[in-house]
Order: sequence, then C-alpha cells, then structure tokens
Amino acid sequence: MTATPIDTGFKGSAARNAAARARLLRGLLPALSLALVLMAIAWLNPRAISYFGFNLMLNLAIPIALATIAQMFVIAGNELDLSIGTFVGFVGCVTATWLKDAPLVGIAILLGSIGVYALLGALIHLRNLPSIVVTLGMSFVWQGLAILVLPKPGGKAPDWLLTIMSLKPPFIPFPIIAALLIGLVVHFGLMRTSYGAILRGSGGNPAALRRAGWSLLKTKVVLFALTGLFGVLSGMALIGITTSADANIGNGYTLLAIAGVILGGGEFVGGRVSPIGAVLGALTLALAASPLLTFMHIPPDWQVAANGAILIIVLAARVLISRKER
Amino acid sequence: MTSVKSLLAKPWIWSFVGALLVWLATIGFTGGYGAGGMVTAALSLAVFTVIVGVGQMFVITLGPGNVDLSLPANIGLASAVAMKVMGGSDSMIIVGLLAAIACGAAIGAVNYLLIWALRIPPIIATLSASFIIQSVDISYGRGLQIKPPPGFADFANWQILGIPVLAMLTVLFTIGAAIALQRMIYGRSVLAIGQNIRAAWLAGVNVGRIRFLTYTLSGALGGIDGALLAGYFRGANVDIGNEYLLASIAVVVIGGTSVAGGKANVPGVWGAALFLVLLLTMLNTFGVSAGVRLLLTGLIIVGVITAAGGEKALR
Repeated sequence: MTATPIDTGFKGSAARNAAARARLLRGLLPALSLALVLMAIAWLNPRAISYFGFNLMLNLAIPIALATIAQMFVIAGNELDLSIGTFVGFVGCVTATWLKDAPLVGIAILLGSIGVYALLGALIHLRNLPSIVVTLGMSFVWQGLAILVLPKPGGKAPDWLLTIMSLKPPFIPFPIIAALLIGLVVHFGLMRTSYGAILRGSGGNPAALRRAGWSLLKTKVVLFALTGLFGVLSGMALIGITTSADANIGNGYTLLAIAGVILGGGEFVGGRVSPIGAVLGALTLALAASPLLTFMHIPPDWQVAANGAILIIVLAARVLISRKER
Repeated sequence: MTSVKSLLAKPWIWSFVGALLVWLATIGFTGGYGAGGMVTAALSLAVFTVIVGVGQMFVITLGPGNVDLSLPANIGLASAVAMKVMGGSDSMIIVGLLAAIACGAAIGAVNYLLIWALRIPPIIATLSASFIIQSVDISYGRGLQIKPPPGFADFANWQILGIPVLAMLTVLFTIGAAIALQRMIYGRSVLAIGQNIRAAWLAGVNVGRIRFLTYTLSGALGGIDGALLAGYFRGANVDIGNEYLLASIAVVVIGGTSVAGGKANVPGVWGAALFLVLLLTMLNTFGVSAGVRLLLTGLIIVGVITAAGGEKALR
C-alpha cells in the first residue's frame, strides 16, 4: 500500500499521461452516462428532445436531485442514510398539511426535523454507532410520523410552492435550470470553500483532521444537518409537483439517492464525492427510470431492474477505467 | 451466584431480558389472558427472523461494510419460486424447498460475484442486485397467488403442545450454526476475517472462498425463509420479505454481534427476534395506530442500539 506513491513517482511521462487521461475519463463518466441515455431517447423518440419533452421527462428530477445531494453529504462523511426516502415522505406530508394551513407551525416542524438530523449526527459520532442501523431505525420513525400527520393520501401543496415548481422560463426548461443551480451552489459550497474541504476531509482522513484541531463532532453534525436540509427541500419540491401527499410517497428515494451518488462518481468511503456528478447521476436515473423504458416499450415491471443494471454497468466501466489509472 | 454473574456478563442475555419484560408488560395489560398463546405466536413468527438473522450475522461478522441488503427481494423471489415449483401438490414439497434454496444461494453467489468482480462495497452490490431481483420477482410472480400444498402449509403451522415444530427445528439449526461458528474451520475463518482481513490472509485463510461461502449461505437462508414464509402465510407475494431488511440487521445488532465484525453471537439472535416480535404484539395489544407503532418500533430500535453502543462503525 505504501509503495504506490513511490511507484508513480518513477513512472514515465507517457504512463503519467495515460493515468491522467483515465482520471479525466473517470470524471467524465457521469456526463457520458447521461449523454448516452439522452442519445438513446433522441434516437427512439426524436420529438421528446424539446422544451415540453424535457419538462415532462424531467418532471421528477428536481426532488430526486435534491435527495441525491442530501445523501451525498452523509456519504462524504463515510456514513449512509437509509432513512432519506421516508424522511422525504414525512416532509411531503408536513408540506401538504401544516405548511399550507399554518405556515409558522409547518416551518417550525421542518426546522425541528433538520435539528433531529443534526442530533443523529452527534449521536452517531459520540456513541460510535453504525449509521446504517440508526438510520434504518429512523426510517420507521419518519414513516410513523408521516402516517400520523397524514393518515390518508391527500392534503394540498401551498400555492407559492405550486407557482415555483410550475415556472416556465423561456428557452430552457425549468428542471434543467434548477438542476444546474443546485449542482453549482453545492459544488461551490462543498468543493470550493475551506470548510467544505474540512467536511470532505472528515471522510477522507478523520485522524489527521482531529490532530489538526478540527472537531469531528461538529463536522458530523454539519453534514447530517445539511442532509436534513436538502431532504426537506426535496420533500417540498416533490409536493410542489405532485400537489398532494401520501405517507409512502418518498419510499423509493432512499435507493435512488444512493444510486445517484454512486453514478455521479462518489465513493462510499474517503470523502470522495462530486455534487455536479451527483446531480447528473440523479438526472440519468430520472430519465432512465421511466421515459427511456417507455420509449423502448419495456414494461414498468422492469424499471427497478433497469436502475440496478445501469448502476452495475457504470460501476463495471469505472473498474475498467481505474485499472488503466494504475 | 458466580453462574448468575457470568450469565449477566453475556451480551445476549439482555435481549432475552428485554423480550421477557415486554411479554410481562403485555400480559399485565391483558390481565394474564393469552399469555401462552402469545409465546406460541411469538415463537412461530420469530423463526423467520432468526433464519435470515443468522445469515445476516455471518455476513456482518466478515467485517466493516459487509451487509446483505438483498435479503427482502431474495425472500420475495424464493417464496414465489417455491410455490410455483410445488404447484400445490404435496409430492413436490421437497423439490420446491430445494428450488427455493438453490434460488437463494444463486442470488448470494451473484452478490459475491459483483463484490469481487466490480470491487464495489457489498452495500451497493447487494443493493443493485436487489433492484434486479425485485423486478424479476414482480414479472415472475405477476398476478400469481399460488397456494402452498396443504401438507406444506400444515407443516409450517404444525404445533406440538403449543410449541411450533418449525421453532424446534430452528433451535436445532441455530445450535448447528453456533457450532459451525465456534468450533469449525469455516466459522473460525469468518471470525478471523472480521477481526483482521489481512492477518487472516497471511495466516493462510482463503479469504475469497470464505466470503463467497458466507454470501451464498446468507442467500440460501433467505431462500428457505421465503419458502417457509409462503407456507406459513399460505401464499407467496412480492412484499413478503420487506420487513426482513430492518429485522435481520436489527436482531444481529441487538443480539450482541459486533457491527465492526469479528465477534458473533448466535443465542442473541433468538433473544432479539423474540424481543422484536413480542414488541409488535405488545403495541398491537395496546391498540395503538399503525403510525404510533412504526414510530415506537423505530425509536426503540434506535434506543437499544444507542444503549448497546458500538466500538467501531459498520462502514
């Protein structure tokens, strides 16, 4: 293990160039996957590549992208959140009921739930708990709360939220603008600021960070709170599109969000994540999940399998590229 | 006195204490009514959690990051395969069971193939596998509500003196699993890999083969669990395994197995499974709504794990 850096130091410039090219290819993989899916759609149904086509196809891409970003923050700290799906559902139920009928109470509940996320981060760090188990337990808590808030599907999204989500800007469809904005804002915050580097460092080399005097408790709390924040945004965006809620509305998002992060070039350990990649991964999944399959006349039964297959294909491609990198 | 003390020092005793407390609280609420029936029902239901829990325990013991998330999908598919192969006829019961085990073992083997060939964390490998299995199950079992053969359904529900036969067999199986874990080369290798994969490799343990066997074993146990569930509930369906994702991981952790790997505990799986089942029975007896039941289940699991603490994170 320790010999690797010495090896690369003696590599010839040709080998170094090849490694750099492989790294570049690896970085472009999320964009390539998206381009491939888009090309397939364009080939199968050219009419889909239009302003209205994108508006329809990417309808649900914004909440998926936000949930993926949420998951990305915990993954940056070497943790995993298996409750993000039911959390999005819970936020959806609150949005369609309290946030419309009593906005102040609704805001307080949503802020409180972000606080719960922050507390979970502290708990996981202080008691050294496996995040998988804690968040798996929390997924039941959020689902239970969602059912208590909204026992039957229904409710109604606040008008201002409906207005935002049905914006029709000229030339570029709203989902694309929103996705770009989300990707760029998070990219700047996490990749270009000094505290962003510290947050990623807490996943990359926690021991070094601690010795340098940074609080790992604080980084974990911040990462979990950010996950909660983007989970809240995802739930609100979802309800802005669907207009009403259901306690199970977000259940599929847990797996979609993890898949999106990995598709976007994120790694499970080591704080190696990419916000723009994660958004591209989410868009790829949103497009591949139903529009592509519908155009290919694949029955909805196989949509989940398609997500799994895409994940496996991209990971296989990454392994092939990584081999070149060495 | 020393024996009591050494008993209290065992990590698994607490899950049984918890199960006992929950049971006492419930019969306290009903005034003693249905105390025996509750134990019978708890034993019958705990069996299914114990079987997958043992599989999950071996996987988790392999060390940080090892976990099988494909169990629910696996259980769903195996239940459909078993019922389809049995086709409602008693003569095909054994063949159907073998088919379910083979189906589960194949899923486990594919899981390890993905982990090994793509060098991806087991979490994402078993997750992507479960996506695909789920779809296979949905399209294979579409509109299919095949009843189990009467003989198999009776066997799965068979009781002697109020004790489910399936529970007795599962006790024998867990004793076998405990022996395999503590006294056999396979189990010792699993523990060694979980403690230090590099040291185990240097000591001559065939790490790849043991990991392959463990994932295949977990898959096969998921398969047999699916078949038994379909027999017990008299029919297979896609969602039959859904609750076993949380349950299988929770019983392992509550039962005193270390999530950091290298330390496993078989009796604790039984105690924790009984605890979870009795907890649900208690909440149902108290007549709480579905929302409150989910909420409390989640809170209690988080609470128990917090109290049990952890030495090292799972990943």
